[in-house]
Parts: sequence; structure tokens; C-alpha cells
Amino acid sequence: MPLKTQPNLADPDAVYQLIVAAHHGLSADDSAALNARLVLLLANHIGDATVIQDAVRAATTSPPPPVRPSN
Amino acid sequence: MSDSSNPFAYRRAPSQDRREASHHPIVIAGAGPVGLVLALDLAKKGQRSVVLDKRTSLSDGSRAICWAKRTLEIMGRLGLADDLIAKGVTWKTGKVFHREAEVFAFDLLPEAGHQRPAFINLQQFYFEAACVAAAAKTDLIDLRWGHEMTGLDARPDGVRLTVTTPDGADDLTAGWLVATDGARSFVRQSLGLGFIGQTFDDQFLICDIKMKSARPTERWFWFDPPFNPGRSALLHRQADDVWRLDFQIGPDADRTEATKPENVAARVRAMLGPVDFTFEWISCYRFQCRRLEHFRHGRVVFAGDAAHQVSPFGARGGNSGVQDADNLGWKLDLVLRALAPEALIDSYAQERQQAADENILNSTRATDFIAPKGAGATRFRDAVLELAGTHPFARRLLNSGRLSLPATYDGSPLNTVDAFSPGAAPNVRPGAPAADAPDGIAPEGNAWLLPQLGDRFTVLAVAAPNAKLPTEFDSPPRSTNGGSINGVPVRWRTAHAPEALQRYGAVDGIAVYLIRPDQHIAARWRSFDGAEITHAIDRATARA
Repeated sequence: MPLKTQPNLADPDAVYQLIVAAHHGLSADDSAALNARLVLLLANHIGDATVIQDAVRAATTSPPPPVRPSN
Repeated sequence: MSDSSNPFAYRRAPSQDRREASHHPIVIAGAGPVGLVLALDLAKKGQRSVVLDKRTSLSDGSRAICWAKRTLEIMGRLGLADDLIAKGVTWKTGKVFHREAEVFAFDLLPEAGHQRPAFINLQQFYFEAACVAAAAKTDLIDLRWGHEMTGLDARPDGVRLTVTTPDGADDLTAGWLVATDGARSFVRQSLGLGFIGQTFDDQFLICDIKMKSARPTERWFWFDPPFNPGRSALLHRQADDVWRLDFQIGPDADRTEATKPENVAARVRAMLGPVDFTFEWISCYRFQCRRLEHFRHGRVVFAGDAAHQVSPFGARGGNSGVQDADNLGWKLDLVLRALAPEALIDSYAQERQQAADENILNSTRATDFIAPKGAGATRFRDAVLELAGTHPFARRLLNSGRLSLPATYDGSPLNTVDAFSPGAAPNVRPGAPAADAPDGIAPEGNAWLLPQLGDRFTVLAVAAPNAKLPTEFDSPPRSTNGGSINGVPVRWRTAHAPEALQRYGAVDGIAVYLIRPDQHIAARWRSFDGAEITHAIDRATARA
């Protein structure tokens, strides 16, 4: 199954709010750690390496291009 | 120079008294585990070899300690497994800790009905000593300690060697040179061959201590423990109440300071508390995950650390080297007997390069988990550790080393197209090592399947006891050792045990397997067809 990039959430505003609220008041470090846990939980739920591969590709190539650190 | 009481003492070789170079069909460079196993396997097949080693002693320190089930099966074929297992400590459980809490325990051999355990731990020098003692029992192995290879001239039809001894130089020629001379291989350097792969910056402090302890015989691995914050540590038992401790100490640690006994002792006490112990060995290492691009260069063949290197996490160094030897021995034997073309040695390179890639992949992944590169990788590693305590899925992501399993030679030119339906009995597909099973009928007093399969090609019929089999398999079962197909020695065996039927996909009918001398499966069918078997043997010997 290819990665869904068409709208797939019944209430997108609520889901967005849910994720943002989880980060509320967190330091940059704690926020990054939360995201890492979230990605792993969701990746396991998806359970399909090709979908995850597509998502990685979409996240790393979507415009605007991410600013690459110089290291 | 000679010391008759020391089996590793330099001895003058008879050829040193001759003016012209002495010729040997096979010279093995390096008397470590891989070279010794190869020499023993060749001797079992009636092939002579000269083994050269510049040392006059066994390895210092315990070095490789974990010997996997597949290695024990190979050593069983060579008649040494029982002694190794008796001397070593058997284990199959690993535990992973994060900070102070246990987050995961794994069992490496949950399936019953295998002769050999998942792993034993045994110091490398004991493994080598067992091989040296076995080599002394045959005059087919000419083991020359204190003979250092110092010159090499590789030619299309063989190799000229200069060996330096306390009595001066000795010239040898060899039909084949097998380089098992370790990570700093002289042979590899002589040929100017480099590695492909990567090196890692992190340093690890390794020490073996002797202590009496009631701790269980399990592999314990810590991430971020209080006694080594932000880094990893490992604890593993060996024979003789010796324990392997391994501390990640970071890329910038001062190696001289880190290995001072008083500093190591402080680490040991921080880890284990106020225990009584003595040091057996202290060392510090960095590691590489890399291999030669080609394991065969004309008449020079590379095996073990000379050909490929991995991190120690996963026990894939020594074990994969022993499997190299297992793969090469029968091929050299058939080529020297002119029963197979030299292309069979190319299949060694192909199969074992593929195996090395698998080991390097697993080792690199484990290394990237244990010593993550960069802030992002560290975050994900820490996220796995945090989630593993409460979420089972994350325990499968935890990687403290994926422990050595034998390679399956998928896609090998020696394999015959699988005649089983897709997905049937995948663990014993062509290219895979044969599976062991307790075998009910034991006229030779042998209760296990695997020991009946090695050393030569075997046609194995797996079938219910009342199944009708061709006359080749007739009673008494397993007594027919003679016979050959197109000159290649072949024996016929049957297996009937329920575990064999299940593991070989023969619950609902007969299954016929062609098994190579290294116990890997070359072909399999749902019925018996002599012409198919002949063709598969030709293919498995690179003759077709």
C-alpha cells in the first residue's frame, strides 16, 4: 500500500492540536525526544516498511527543502 | 631454539635442509581458529596441508569467546565439539538493561530437538589448543610454529613463499595459499589489497577477570548504566571462572590511562561491587566493519579476519571465520582431486562474501545502536530504550548485537532451483544449512541427524517410516557409505523422526534433499529422480 498523502483524517485540526499540545512547554531536547518516541510508535503501528520508506522520502524531499546542518 | 616440551616451539622443517623450494598442494598462513579448522577438515578428507605461524604460543588473552551452534556443529563434524562444550560454559539467555532496570531478556534456542546448544563461551586459546591437539594426531597436518612468512610471489598456477625462521630463510611453493593470518594479514598486505567498509571511532575497554561468582551464565548488556553513564557495558562468563567485561569508553579516552590496572579495577568495582578478582587480560580496541572486495585472488584465498572484520557485538568474527573454513575445505578437496574445476573456489568467494555482507550489515546496525552517530541517532536509540520498558515492540528494536547465525547462500550458483512450492520449509531451502533433528532410528548409536550429513555429499530422504523409498535407501538405513555419482562420493540417508518430517517439510509426503559436504542444502525435491540428483551434484561442484 502506498503512503497516503491525500487527506485521511476525519478531524485534522483536532489531530494537529493533539500533537502540538503534547509538546507544550517542552524544551527543544524533550520535544525532540517525544518526537522520536512518536515516530517509533507510529512506525510500528503502520508495520509496512515500504510505507515508512515512502514517508521518509516525502519528509526529506518535501518543499521547502530542509536547511541542512553544516556538519 | 627448540623446546620439545612446548608444542608451539619452533622446529626446523625437513625442507629447510634442501636447496630447492619444497612444494605443497596447500599452505595455510596463520594457525588461529580458522586456519586450524581448515587444516583439520582437509586432513579429514585426506588432504595434506602446511600451516605456518610466526608465533610460538597460542593467542594471548581470551579474544573470541562465543562459539555459536553452527560452529559447534562444524566442530562436531571434526570430532571436537563434545570436548569444547565440556570445557566451555553453555548459555542461551541474554538480558538487556537500561540504566538500572532490566528491559528485555531473550532466549536464543527456544526450539528443542537440536544436538548442539545455542552458544558456548570458551576462551579462544582453548579452542585453538583443542585444534592443535587434534592436528598432532594426523601426519597430514604439518604445523610450523615460529615460521614467519616474509615473501610472497603469487602466480597464476600457484604461489612462491619465503619463510623466515630462526635458522634462516626457507623457500616453499604452494598450489594454493589460504590466508587465515588475521586482521593484519601479511598476505593481504603483500598483495596490496585494501578493505571496503567503515571504521568506527568509539573505543572499548575489554578485560577478563577471574572471580568466583554465583551470577547466572547469561549475556548481560547495559545501556547507560550508573557505573558507565551514557555508554554501554557487557558482562559474560567464560570457562575457569573467568568473566569478560567490556566497557564503551568513548572516542577520546586516553588508551594508556584507561588500560592501567588500577583504573580498570575501579571500573570493575563500580560495576560488580566489592568483589575479589584477578586480571587475566586487559585490552582496548576500536573496530571496523569491512571486507576484501574479492576473497579469491588466483591461487590465494582469504578467510576469517584476513578477509573480513566486524565488531565483536554479535559474535560474528570467529564464528564466521569457522564457517569460511567449512565452506572452503570440501571445495579445495574436490579441486585437488580434479573432481571439480577451479570455478568451485569462486563459489567459495561468492558465498562467503555474501555471508560477510550479512555479518557486516548486522554488526554495523548493532554498532550504530550501541554507539549512535550524531544527535538524531542518539535520540532514536534513547527512545527505543525508554519505550522498551513498557511496549513489547520496542524490545525487538533494541540491538545489543544480533548473535551469529549461519548464512544461507541464496542465489549461489551451486544451488539447484527449489522444487518445493514457494514458502515451503523456508529454513531448509537451497543454500541453507541443514537443520538438526533427533532421529529416532539409530543403528550407529547416533541419535542426531546432522552428524550423518557432513564430509561428503548426502542424498537425504525425509519420509514417514512406512513410506516407499527407492532401493538406494534400502535397509539397513544409513549403512551405505560407499557409492559415487560422476566420481563424487555420495552417501544415502533417511530420516523419519517427527521433528525431521516437520523441519524438512515432509509431513505430507517424502522430501529428498541433496546436502553438500559442509551440510548446506544444494537441492530438494518432492520425489526421487536419479537424473535430477546427478545434475544437481554437477551443479553443486561447478561442473554444470
